[in-house]
Amino acid sequence: MDTIAEIPKEEFILKCTSACAGCSDSLSLRYVLKAAGPDTVLVVPACCTSVIQGIYPNTAFNVPVYNIAFGAAAACASGMSNAFRAAGKKTNVIVYAGDGGTLDIGIQAMSGAFERGTDFLYICYDNEAYGNTGMQRSSGTPLGARTTTTPAGKTDAKKDIDAIAAAHDLPYQATACAAYPQDLFKKVTKALAVRGPSFIHILAPCPPGWRYSTERSVEMGKLAVKSGMWVLYEREYGKLTIGPQSKAAMKKPIPLEDYLKPQGRFKGIDPKTVEILKQRIAKNFAKLAAEEASS
Amino acid sequence: MKKIATGNKAVAEAVKQAAPTVVAAYPITPQTEIVEQVAEFVSSGELKSRYIAVESEHSAMAACIGASITGIRTFTATSSHGLLYMHEMTNWAAGARLPIVMANVNRSLGPGWNIWAEHTDALQERDTGWLQVYVSTVQEAYDATLMAFRIAEHNDVLLPVMVNLDGFLLSHIMQPLDTVDLGDFIPPIHLPHAIDVKNPAGYGCLTGPDQQFRFRWDIERSMRDSVKVIEETQKEFAKRFGRKYGFTEDYQCSDAEVVIVALGTLGKEAEVAVDLLRKEGIKAGSMRLRWLRPFPKLDLKGKQVVVIDRDYSFGRGGILATEIVAQTREPVFSVIAGIGGQEVTYEDIAGFVRKRRIGEEFWFGVSGNV
Repeated sequence: MDTIAEIPKEEFILKCTSACAGCSDSLSLRYVLKAAGPDTVLVVPACCTSVIQGIYPNTAFNVPVYNIAFGAAAACASGMSNAFRAAGKKTNVIVYAGDGGTLDIGIQAMSGAFERGTDFLYICYDNEAYGNTGMQRSSGTPLGARTTTTPAGKTDAKKDIDAIAAAHDLPYQATACAAYPQDLFKKVTKALAVRGPSFIHILAPCPPGWRYSTERSVEMGKLAVKSGMWVLYEREYGKLTIGPQSKAAMKKPIPLEDYLKPQGRFKGIDPKTVEILKQRIAKNFAKLAAEEASS
Repeated sequence: MKKIATGNKAVAEAVKQAAPTVVAAYPITPQTEIVEQVAEFVSSGELKSRYIAVESEHSAMAACIGASITGIRTFTATSSHGLLYMHEMTNWAAGARLPIVMANVNRSLGPGWNIWAEHTDALQERDTGWLQVYVSTVQEAYDATLMAFRIAEHNDVLLPVMVNLDGFLLSHIMQPLDTVDLGDFIPPIHLPHAIDVKNPAGYGCLTGPDQQFRFRWDIERSMRDSVKVIEETQKEFAKRFGRKYGFTEDYQCSDAEVVIVALGTLGKEAEVAVDLLRKEGIKAGSMRLRWLRPFPKLDLKGKQVVVIDRDYSFGRGGILATEIVAQTREPVFSVIAGIGGQEVTYEDIAGFVRKRRIGEEFWFGVSGNV
């Protein structure tokens, strides 16, 4: 898949969702469902997607959606996947959860479902805060970002959920961003082709939460990758492959300030904090490059 | 077939025969033997189920929910803190109208760590929309578990059912067990709202103030409808297998002047107390409450009532006593006994009846309160 024209035209997200303007969560889900196709059930814990799908008795999603309590998505999917497989059905079971539902309250259920070898895909779309409740810090919020519960900027680093997921020795794991739709589409296709658990972590720029203008979501995703704040890669049966976009960024990243400056959440960030973020980017690049070279 | 079994083994035996497609469970004393035995049946191939060894009770119920909504039969078992940990999901299971069957081995709540019998665990689940039945013998644990599947999955009910048995006093007691040839007593499950990818729907979506109450009322309507389904099921069970069950088990009640009401094994012990009291010339009877939800209509008119609660609602009173007073409008002598496995003999129960003070509360074993 080299061009966007090769992505199927069929839409599973119908018109009139309740998403905010410029929402990259729904943009990501659009490509996820195009890759997954109609034989799919989404399991959604409390998150922006619970709202985006619409209000009963209407739904804007054209696949079955099972909404479940905040910390329970992976366990619910675990039961669902087992039930489908027991009935001889190949139906894709996809958890579509935010960073709060994944990195925080849902991490236990996710770890359990991974460890048990559940045949499902867990997707975390990460807008780096509790968006649905109005942008409180999550453990996915980056260092220095202002949220309503970190009004002076977050003093702790972003939790490395990918390393935690990797510790479960998953058959397939990837990072993605809707700014690179072909890459996202390919990764979802691959993840659904493997038997057992897979994990995709999607960076989901969020105009109201990150405080940038609504037409800049795709640009924000690209700036994240080009600056190294977000790295695109995949791990297939433990073998790491860094995406070409991130390879380029590793050779020559754009100044981090180009990513931080358009976002209101980083307004007034302390230069020392920016320096720490830069050091972390360099460290992460080095770690991933070493892993790729050795795998 | 006649055998000897513990209450836990009897539940597992019934689960084997009901053959749920998915069992998701987490161990906890004194329930563990149920899930161990079910896992053993799955491992040996006697039970063709998928056993999901989840990492918590919250996940056990969530996994049962995810499995159940595909239209298959599910089972889990828990106790005490396990039940409390899944509380969020027990509400979800009932709200989602899923006929999950769960055995709950009644146990006290911490602190301190007390693993013995108490009903406060299940009674804290009273308002979740689950049907609740309390059993008193190994045979009844088996029979009630079989009936639970048929009742839960009946299309006029479609609500989860909790089978309660007392920790250790029943879970670990060996008694005779007569297993049945089940035949078609439990019909194949048909869940009308099962997930269908050819007919996509949203489940549990955002629901506004103009709609939510309709779903809540629908639970209550089915809870009311469950009364006749329970009656029918118990009647059919008696017809097929010869053992009769009602909403209550009444012993010497018809001419009784004083009636003891209790749940579980205490209710069975009360029958022995009745025999003792009758020998002394006290016209006593026992009405063991089997179904707490739906709460049955109790005929206690003109009788003095002694309620024994192995539970408590702080600041209010014995939970069963409160329920009975609310339903019958009759004052009762409320005895709090058996908390955390406190020993209560039939002689103690006879003593409660002899010393009854209608309208008052009495904590067994608390000095200055006797």
